[in-house]
Amino acid sequence: MPAPRDENPAFAEYAHPERLVSTQWLADRLASPAPDLVVLESDEDVLLYDTGHIPGALKLDWHTDLNDPVTRDYVDGARFAQVMSERGIARDTTVVIYGDKSNWWAAYALWVMTLFGHEDVRLLDGGRAAWQAEGRELTRDVPTVSPVDYPVVERDDAPIRAFRDDVLEHLGKPLVDVRSPGEYSGELLHMPDYPQEGSVRGGHIPGARSVPWARAAQEDGRFKARAELAAIYEQEQGLAASDEVVAYCRIGERSSHTWFVLTHLLGFEHVRNYDGSWTEWGNSVRVPVEQGAPAS
Amino acid sequence: MTDLPAPLAELIEDFEAVGPKDRLQLLLELSEELPELPERYADADLEQVHECQSPLFLTVEVDGSTPDAPVSLFFKAPREAPTTRGFAGILHTGLDGLPASQVLAVPDDVVFRFGLAEAVSPLRMRGMVAMLSRIKRQIRDKVSG
Repeated sequence: MPAPRDENPAFAEYAHPERLVSTQWLADRLASPAPDLVVLESDEDVLLYDTGHIPGALKLDWHTDLNDPVTRDYVDGARFAQVMSERGIARDTTVVIYGDKSNWWAAYALWVMTLFGHEDVRLLDGGRAAWQAEGRELTRDVPTVSPVDYPVVERDDAPIRAFRDDVLEHLGKPLVDVRSPGEYSGELLHMPDYPQEGSVRGGHIPGARSVPWARAAQEDGRFKARAELAAIYEQEQGLAASDEVVAYCRIGERSSHTWFVLTHLLGFEHVRNYDGSWTEWGNSVRVPVEQGAPAS
Repeated sequence: MTDLPAPLAELIEDFEAVGPKDRLQLLLELSEELPELPERYADADLEQVHECQSPLFLTVEVDGSTPDAPVSLFFKAPREAPTTRGFAGILHTGLDGLPASQVLAVPDDVVFRFGLAEAVSPLRMRGMVAMLSRIKRQIRDKVSG
């Protein structure tokens, strides 16, 4: 049984308002037992959950729970079923994910859950920061969970995930580069203040538009209103909801945030996330690379 | 473990004695025990460790310029970055106050002896490797011969 929707009027304009919940909605749901709902925290910093989290929330680590430890890929169906089962998530459970950094990693986790076709997975608008800024309760208590059955489902990558060869075939169609301007131009090989990820070449995929992911977020980490998002992606960048779009960043996390915005907030139907992103493209032999600032 | 300074060797034993979940708990405790930056460094231009996923600044004081001069380590990292703080906490607990020569003798790969790569993933270990190498470089700059 899925949990009811958050009927918050602030979400009504979005294409898929059922993909967002507000801090107030979550606090209300958690005030009484909510067996239809599991809350997950997914952060960049693996210890942040342990310093205090939303009461009842469980930790989901994008590295150790969602990535295969050997191959550069996501976990397989059996491992995913285990990760869900251990957290008391059944196939029809509503999952709400939140995290640090304006929900980067939460959006990434949501995207990976979508690869496995988990139906009802939502983001807490504003993430961890919004909950904290409102002075809401955090706890260090880790809930005990009785495992439930989760089916072993094969990942279906094709609709929302692009591989390098897909991107080569896609050249000429819309690409969104969500990295910082310096990474886009080729001046930087990594995010400002972030680790060097070892790309041999700097720049962007030819034809990619530069729309840093954070432009979709307000100061407080919540998503901008639909009209503001449309002004950026549709009016300014000339993208249309029917376009086939590929988004990428450095390893696919920031572009999951943009994938969420285009797919669930603006209602684009054919958006794929290229998770190989710059760490693959910038190291691939003979793929075309473009350098320089975006044309204004 | 005889090649390592005693405080560092003890920490490694603590981490080895427990499983991955409890290792994270130890790391959290070390992040909370990391001393605040002293007042005199409040506005100072510290060295940033760019290899860390979150902002981490450090500086080193050496009380003298001989190899046996004791070393003091200072770190600045936000509370919202407990892993980075925890890495700094390991190095602070394990190395602060030791003679310069002993810190310089610590092997660069010692950070992989804490069993943390399994708990936090190998990619995240890069920050701690970089912290140690920057600490050693600052000491070398301050100690002659």
